[in-house]
Amino acid sequence: MNWQVRIEARLGELRLDVDVSGGAGPIVVIGGNGAGKTSLLRLIAGAHRPSSGRISVGARTLFDAERGVDLPPEHRRVAYVPQGYGLFPHLNALDNAAFGRSPGGATDRATRRREALELLEQLDCAHLAKRMPSGLSGGERQRVALARALFVDPDLLLLDEPLSALDASARRSVRRFLAEHLMRRGRPSIVVTHDVRDVLAFDAPVWVLEAGRVLQRGSAAELQAAPASAFVAEFFDAAPALPSRLRSA
Amino acid sequence: MSRAFDNGVRVVAPALSLTLLALLLLPLAGLAVSSSPAQIAAGIDHPLFAEALSLSVRTTLVSLCILVLGGTPLAFWLSASRSRLARWVEVVLDLPIVVPPAVIGVALLQTFGNRGLLGPALQGIGLSVPFTTTAVVLAQVVVSAPFYLQAAATAFRSVDLDLLLVARTLGISEAGAFFRVAVPIALPGLVSGAALAWARALGEFGATLLFAGNLPGRSQTLSLAIYTALEADADVAVAISLVLTSIAVVLLLSLRRLPALLWRRDRGEPALPRREPAR
Repeated sequence: MNWQVRIEARLGELRLDVDVSGGAGPIVVIGGNGAGKTSLLRLIAGAHRPSSGRISVGARTLFDAERGVDLPPEHRRVAYVPQGYGLFPHLNALDNAAFGRSPGGATDRATRRREALELLEQLDCAHLAKRMPSGLSGGERQRVALARALFVDPDLLLLDEPLSALDASARRSVRRFLAEHLMRRGRPSIVVTHDVRDVLAFDAPVWVLEAGRVLQRGSAAELQAAPASAFVAEFFDAAPALPSRLRSA
Repeated sequence: MSRAFDNGVRVVAPALSLTLLALLLLPLAGLAVSSSPAQIAAGIDHPLFAEALSLSVRTTLVSLCILVLGGTPLAFWLSASRSRLARWVEVVLDLPIVVPPAVIGVALLQTFGNRGLLGPALQGIGLSVPFTTTAVVLAQVVVSAPFYLQAAATAFRSVDLDLLLVARTLGISEAGAFFRVAVPIALPGLVSGAALAWARALGEFGATLLFAGNLPGRSQTLSLAIYTALEADADVAVAISLVLTSIAVVLLLSLRRLPALLWRRDRGEPALPRREPAR
């Protein structure tokens, strides 16, 4: 399923003017502080209204300024996982996972919870079902948040800094898990990160945002070979020599 | 500072603190020992008491419902809005705390009185508010509103607005996100604010006396009944006072325990749904 976001928006001091697109599997968005990464995700999710442009996912138009289309967040089929995962603190892991509107249309609580439990099982965290978010580690929260997002079977998944709240060892395992999951399922998704190791793990097209605009796009190898700014050069400076499979990406 | 000053502070500060503490506790002690159980029982049996208690309970419950229904969305807007208007509204809503209750009574008369701002219009549709039970409720709503609104707005400010966006991206409507995410997270603050507002409404005296009068069965609440009883039968006044104090103590203890009780589930382990047997 292809998706395209071509929007202009003014959010406080930030003026966003971007044209980003993707297909099956994730894309990675990088950029310095204030580049507009989180704002881009929130605009796609429907938190703010762009001043112009169009957002489409597959055959569905989520926003079209010219045609006056502006679907509310609950009708976009775009799941958003913010920094820190945004688990609901008053619900246990299972009720968090079963919170959304079930794609199967199940409305009774028992069926929804059973479906959510199956999803937690797939993500190897069914044992956390009864635990409250405050009792979960960063990696566990990440998995529960992902289960909650996947429960609604979104057309597009938005992950804002999914690994930033984790310690080093949790980062490694969750990074591997997330990359495998998103790549294997071919789920359209946008992953915002500030860590070059995440970019390498996802092995996905990289888009660089700077001051609200797309500065550069390409594979990690292409960006490392020809960085368009000091930020991109510094970002990939920390990377080890890229494996050949990434060079051909 | 000199050593003599330090020593002076060391002696005077505790003395002043103890004096203040005594001033707060002695009247309560005085109240507690001023009547025998038999006198209290007689006071409770007095017809004035039951009528006033019934009116107080009914009017404070109605005023609390009005406050919660209207105040909860208003408090959420105050917490979420960054507009200058919201800040101004916040200041205006705090006015009943600093304005004397008697002034609020006069203001209500000037608004709803027969010759007040809305009086003629209300009379046109056959309504006369002053010196009725409705006036009691209105006075209670106005004086207690800031206590609920302040607590509710503070509670809603602790709710990460991103959580509401997350809920909506999961297919939940705006109203659904409010009731399923914002309200449960803010619940301890909402409940303690409601309890404080209820206590304030229960103790309301000045605005009610001026706007609703002191009519038995119609506007004579517990606080006003104490005022009336003192002139005729002090035992009834003491009995009512002790009942009000008991309610206040229970409320205060509940408030202190409330956050822990409401968030016990944060540490507890809610039960999983029972798995249906295989067919």
